[in-house]
Amino acid sequence: MVLLISAFNFGLIFAFLALGVYISFRIFHFPDITADGAFAFGGAATTAMLVSGWGPIVATGAGFLAGMLAGATTGILHTRFRIHGLLSGILVMTALYSVNLHVLGKSNVTLSEASTLNKSWTAIIKRAFGDVERVDILGWMVGIQDLASLLLMVLLMMVVGSTLFCFLKTKFGTAMRGSGDNPQMILAMGVSDKLLLTFGLALANGLTAISGSLLVQYQEFADVQMGIGMVVWGLASVIIGESLVGESRFGLLIAGAILGSVLFRMMIAIALRCGLNPNDLKIITAFFVFIALVAPQWSRKRKARLLVAKARVAGDA
Amino acid sequence: MLELSDIHKTFYAGTPNEVRSLRGVSLSMQQGSFVNVIGTNGSGKSTLLNAVAGTFLVDTGRIVLGSENITRQPEYRRARRIGRVFQNPFSGSAPTMTIAENLALASRRGLSRGLGWSLSRSLREEIADRIRTLKMGLENRLDNPIGSLSGGQRQAITLLMATWVKPDLLLLDEHTAALDPRSADQVIRLTHEIVTRDQLTTLMVTHSMQQAVHLGDRILMMHQGQIVADLSGPEKARTRAEDLLSRFDALRQRDQLTPAVRDLLELSYV
Ligand SMILES: Nc1ncnc2c1ncn2[C@@H]1O[C@H](COP(=O)(O)OP(=O)(O)OP(=O)(O)O)[C@@H](O)[C@H]1O
Ligand SMILES: [Mg+2]
Repeated sequence: MVLLISAFNFGLIFAFLALGVYISFRIFHFPDITADGAFAFGGAATTAMLVSGWGPIVATGAGFLAGMLAGATTGILHTRFRIHGLLSGILVMTALYSVNLHVLGKSNVTLSEASTLNKSWTAIIKRAFGDVERVDILGWMVGIQDLASLLLMVLLMMVVGSTLFCFLKTKFGTAMRGSGDNPQMILAMGVSDKLLLTFGLALANGLTAISGSLLVQYQEFADVQMGIGMVVWGLASVIIGESLVGESRFGLLIAGAILGSVLFRMMIAIALRCGLNPNDLKIITAFFVFIALVAPQWSRKRKARLLVAKARVAGDA
Repeated sequence: MLELSDIHKTFYAGTPNEVRSLRGVSLSMQQGSFVNVIGTNGSGKSTLLNAVAGTFLVDTGRIVLGSENITRQPEYRRARRIGRVFQNPFSGSAPTMTIAENLALASRRGLSRGLGWSLSRSLREEIADRIRTLKMGLENRLDNPIGSLSGGQRQAITLLMATWVKPDLLLLDEHTAALDPRSADQVIRLTHEIVTRDQLTTLMVTHSMQQAVHLGDRILMMHQGQIVADLSGPEKARTRAEDLLSRFDALRQRDQLTPAVRDLLELSYV
């Protein structure tokens, strides 16, 4: 149960990243590598704020803004300076590594002394349950801290997820989706596709940075390396989500990305429990995404071959 | 309404691939006029429309729409006043978005896009009403993705999108060329309806001599980046498809001269 709850917690924390990746890769079809840097940037900014005594809400907000700044930079490099999309992201990600080191001051920082979202929230929940350390849930004794974190993540995710959903249904949000779908058309409708892309990347990386920000507060430490592999991680979640809900309306896809993230984390937790070497985590994630990317191609080819074969049979008859 | 003066556009200038796509095009269009552009392949018709729409900036020359000089304006700014339908039916709409969402996008062309709902109930009704006038039965499929429609249906919707907010200028670039004859007829009829109803100033490129003759009040013939004939008024009314074809033949014959001879002639006479 403890394993399950912590997997859920991590899954929901990384779900913000999944939403960010959904926006850049799926809505804008933009291969945005910035996410690796933005994730750590969000974490670093929040850490620095917390350490210097700011409140957790402000610090989390700062993480979000930091991510938006990173995404907007990538967008500007790509749209204004016409640098290839992938390269723009790589440039920003690389630069952010130094920035993050400066922001953190050293390569890892502990937050055990600072106040965090999780700590403040746990205090509130604890009071609500009458100052107990453990709560009985369906016969399982669950630490109040884990339970509080889970509640917090669920709540935050519901707020952010539904806000994103509503935003994509507004006039501006619809233009954003249209721009990803057919940039030529959105230009003909009198909107700058460059502006929309830049804003979209800012939003995507802002969400990604929230993941980093929540992670450092949950783990109570920040590491300058923590962003490595996040893009692939997010992609894996989005892809799992798509296979869960089918390729359909964006509302479902948003829910799918969140579920995908939780499910993916669950799978990882189980694999680790069964003796998977943690060092192999990234290669397995990468391999998983590879399979998920090529599997549809294979099945399409097989279908096409079957059709051809059928047509031939019909022709012979 | 639209004034082009001495527009030049050269692609890949200074390289062996240099193409002089527009070589001094001047044109003046009255408010509410409907001008057809015809010409051989590669004569610069699309380039002319793209120059007006702002797909690229012209090398020299001036483009004035209404009272505004738009020569250096970016494409998206011009699009607030210019409606466009492309040759490719896939170009004008967002395939994974629904019919209703696409039209909702179009209903804000040139207007602000804030954080209000993009599809209000009243807008939905208006969309259904306007779609009904297409008589394609699409009013029952408002929530289907546009990608599921046929080329002709998509082109009809793109036309609706381009004209939902009445544009100061409508640009049509062979918008029926990719369609089967029946759909092409349907879209042309719709074009005629909308353009006459809203008295839109229209610049239409077409490959069909029939369309050029029957529609509009003026024909421009382009060749090698220049306007080589400009027929309007009674002259346009008298023109038949065969006349246009024989003009093309004449142009083609002139091109039979080897490029070297032509350059020499141009040098001495032009
Ligand atoms: N964006 C571009 N980049 C490079 N060359 C271009 C570009 N647009 C047009 N051209 C060139 O300019 C010339 C005129 O092309 P344009 O598309 O205007 O011809 P067109 O009259 O529309 O022909 P068609 O009837 O085949 O559509 C061609 O040689 C074409 O290759
Ligand atoms: Mg053309």
